[in-house]
Amino acid sequence: MEKAVIVGISDLAVAKAPAVVATYALGSCVGICIFDSVARVGGLSHILLPKRNNNDNFMKFADSAIPLLVQKLEQSGAHRLRMKAKIAGGAQMFNVGKMDSALGNIGQRNVESVKAALQSEKIRIYAEDTGKDFGRSVFFNVETGVMQIKTAFNKIYDI
Amino acid sequence: MVEYGKFNDIQLDVLKEIGNIGSGNAASSLALMIGKTIDMAVPRVNMMHYSDLAQALGGPENLIVGIMIDVSDDLQGTMMFLLQKEFTHEVFNALLGTDSRDFSALSEMDLSVIQEIGNILSASYLNAIASLTGLKISISVPAICVDMVGAILSVPAIKYGDIGDEVLLIEGAFVGRDDKEDITTKLILILEESSLALLMGRLGVA
Repeated sequence: MEKAVIVGISDLAVAKAPAVVATYALGSCVGICIFDSVARVGGLSHILLPKRNNNDNFMKFADSAIPLLVQKLEQSGAHRLRMKAKIAGGAQMFNVGKMDSALGNIGQRNVESVKAALQSEKIRIYAEDTGKDFGRSVFFNVETGVMQIKTAFNKIYDI
Repeated sequence: MVEYGKFNDIQLDVLKEIGNIGSGNAASSLALMIGKTIDMAVPRVNMMHYSDLAQALGGPENLIVGIMIDVSDDLQGTMMFLLQKEFTHEVFNALLGTDSRDFSALSEMDLSVIQEIGNILSASYLNAIASLTGLKISISVPAICVDMVGAILSVPAIKYGDIGDEVLLIEGAFVGRDDKEDITTKLILILEESSLALLMGRLGVA
C-alpha cells in the first residue's frame, strides 16, 4: 500500500490516484469518503458533530464539512454527477444508558446528518459501515474506491 | 470570570493541586484494594487537543480500557480513566488471581471488576475534592469501553466539542512497572467552565 495521507479529527483531505487517504480511530465521529473514479480523485472528511452553529471550523461538522469536501474535489477535477460516497463510524462507544441520552446517540445523529448533507449534495452512498459499538480506522484507496476498515481487535474488511 | 482555559499561575497551581489530591486518593484506594504499591506521576493541567492526548497514550489505535463517569451537582463534568492493558492485567491478576486475558472477549466478571475500579477511583478522587471545597459532587455509574484510544476519546471530544477543539485537562497518572511515563494510565477530569469558576472561588483564587 502506498503511503497514506492521514486525516486528523475535524480535518479533511483530497488526493489524486494512486493514493490512500486514511483516518485513525473513528468512534462516534464519521469518516466520509467521496470519489470520482473517472477523474481518479477522492477525499476523506473526519467529522465530530452533526451541525455547525457559528463555529469557525467548517471541517468539524457534517453539514459544513461535506459541501467543503465536494468543493475541493471539484477544484481537483472531479465532477459532481460522478461522485460516489462511502461512510463509516458513528458508533456508540460507551453504553451510557442512564447517563446522557444526547451524548448516547450522538453517533447515530452524526450518521443522519452526514446522510442528509450527502443527499442535499445529490451524492449517492454506495457503502456504509456505521453504528454498533466499536471504533474503526479507515483506509480509502482512491484508485479502486475500496474503503478498508480496521477495528481495535485487528479485524480488517473492505466495503 | 476568566476565559475558558486561560488561568494565571496561581490558579493553575491550584488546579494541579486538585489533580494531585484527587489522584493521590484514588491511587491509595486502588493500592489498598489490590495490595500493591502504585507510583504516581506529577499531575499536569493542560489545554490539550484530544489527538495529542491519544498520542500520549500510545497512539490513536492503541487498545486501552476506558472508564467514563459523569460528574454532577455542584461540579459538572466528566471523569475518565484510561487504563493501559498492562496495568489492567496487573489489577486483574491481583483481584482475580488470573493474568492472561483476551480483551476482545471480556466476561461479565471482568467488566464488573473494571466497573468497580472506576467506582473506587472516581469516588476517592472526587470525595477528596468535595471535602476540601465543601462542594456537593455526585457521580454516575461508570460506563466502560475497551477499544482504540482515539475512538474512546471521541466521546469527550464530542461532548465538549462546543467549547473548542482543546479542553482543559486536569490529568493525573499512574506509572507502570516499566516506568514508561509517556504511555501510562491516566486519570482525567474535565470540568465545564462554570464549574471551574466555582471551584476557583471556593479555593479563594477566583
